[in-house]
Amino acid sequence: MNRMWRLFRIIVLRDLLLAFRRRTEILMSLFFFVIVVSLFPLGIGVEQQILFHIAPGVVWVAALLSSMLVLERLFAADYADGTLEQMLLTSQPLSIVVMAKVCAHWLLTGLPLVLISPLVALQYRLGEGQVLPMMWSLLLGTPALSMIGAIGAALTLGLRGGGVLLSLLILPLYIPVLVYGAGAIAAAATNAPQQAYYMLLGALTVLSMALGPWATSAALKFSLE
Amino acid sequence: MGINWFRYASPASFYPLAGKTIPWFVASAVLLAIGGLYWGFFETPNVLSDQKQYYRIIFVHVPAAWMSMWLYVVMAGWSLVGLVFNTRLSFMVAAATAPTGAIFTFLALWTGAFWGKTSWGTWWDWDPRMTSELILLFLYIGYMALQSAIDDVRRADRASAVLAMVGLFTIPLIYYSVNCPDPNQCASLHQRSSMKSIESNILWAMLTMTLAFWLYSFAVILKRVRNIILEREKYTEWVNELPEIRSQQVRS
Repeated sequence: MNRMWRLFRIIVLRDLLLAFRRRTEILMSLFFFVIVVSLFPLGIGVEQQILFHIAPGVVWVAALLSSMLVLERLFAADYADGTLEQMLLTSQPLSIVVMAKVCAHWLLTGLPLVLISPLVALQYRLGEGQVLPMMWSLLLGTPALSMIGAIGAALTLGLRGGGVLLSLLILPLYIPVLVYGAGAIAAAATNAPQQAYYMLLGALTVLSMALGPWATSAALKFSLE
Repeated sequence: MGINWFRYASPASFYPLAGKTIPWFVASAVLLAIGGLYWGFFETPNVLSDQKQYYRIIFVHVPAAWMSMWLYVVMAGWSLVGLVFNTRLSFMVAAATAPTGAIFTFLALWTGAFWGKTSWGTWWDWDPRMTSELILLFLYIGYMALQSAIDDVRRADRASAVLAMVGLFTIPLIYYSVNCPDPNQCASLHQRSSMKSIESNILWAMLTMTLAFWLYSFAVILKRVRNIILEREKYTEWVNELPEIRSQQVRS
């Protein structure tokens, strides 16, 4: 148990360190999120009523896309320099490695979105009552995005045109998260109870965390054979 | 004396078996489809007014939707068998099932759109069951895309098997998508229908069509498996000694 935890911690810290050495990559997905969210009012018009209605969906679609933007590189760098093969040789279960990498991915792409989402609430002139639900739904839902995405990243590892294929495989699987995540924010707008949405988002995250590492490590083994 | 379950897991023994059974599946599928459609279109009692005869598309729509879900389960099932027992043929069957499943999913969506246009005046509505069926179509497409994107057959089989099993969550989603807790929140075009409340003639015509579609699936999937076998095993001796391959080699 202790060893598993140590391996987990080492890989998370290593991935974070690597990311901080190349900060643009983290900032890129964050600014992608901000830019995509800002494009919608420019294209649709700035009427407050419209913005109010589209905000939940826009925030979540932008979150899906920006989370997917860096997914391709989740395993690619380690695959290219052979580190991934070394990781496969570890005596600990491969799921731990996968969990650690997903955790690092979430810390670098999911958590910043949660923290920056109040800015979006200002842009879309949402009420104060919707800011916290937006942050909660992103906090509960984005880990599932990272985990489901990891399965796709492992399946398409090292393929030509992997990025487009990855989005084709992963976006349909993201739909439940999108529906309940946006649902929670929309429910908050009318002061409807949001508890059910949070519970469903939490359930999706827990379910993906339970089954995702297994599927991802199986996919990694098949990709590296 | 035990049964040798793995006898037909070898492509060399499965290939002739599939060839022998395909004509039977084709013939029974055609007969059942003719019978089911005739029964459904002309012999079921008129329970609805004359303007509502468009409902008869149900004899294609519902069986196609059932088959689209069932074939996904079949595909994921063979993928699991392939991963567990490491049998090449299981992956071939899974790969051969995907296009037929995708066609049935598309057929269900398309006939549903016609039905929706005539009865509710809209081609598409974001009803939960339609949406989840659309997700199923995307999953079939993703499966086929992944299969064809990987050149190495072994990796392609395994990777798409994992994907098929991950996507299995949509099947209960589609099945339960009519149980809407609050009709004001998710207005559903698909009402909850229990088997008992359907008029028995309509139900039996529908079940006949389902069986016809099922036998059709058997026929085309077996045909496709035979083609995949020929393609993947073309360097083996037994394939080159097949009479149909020999006659082609002589001609060319």
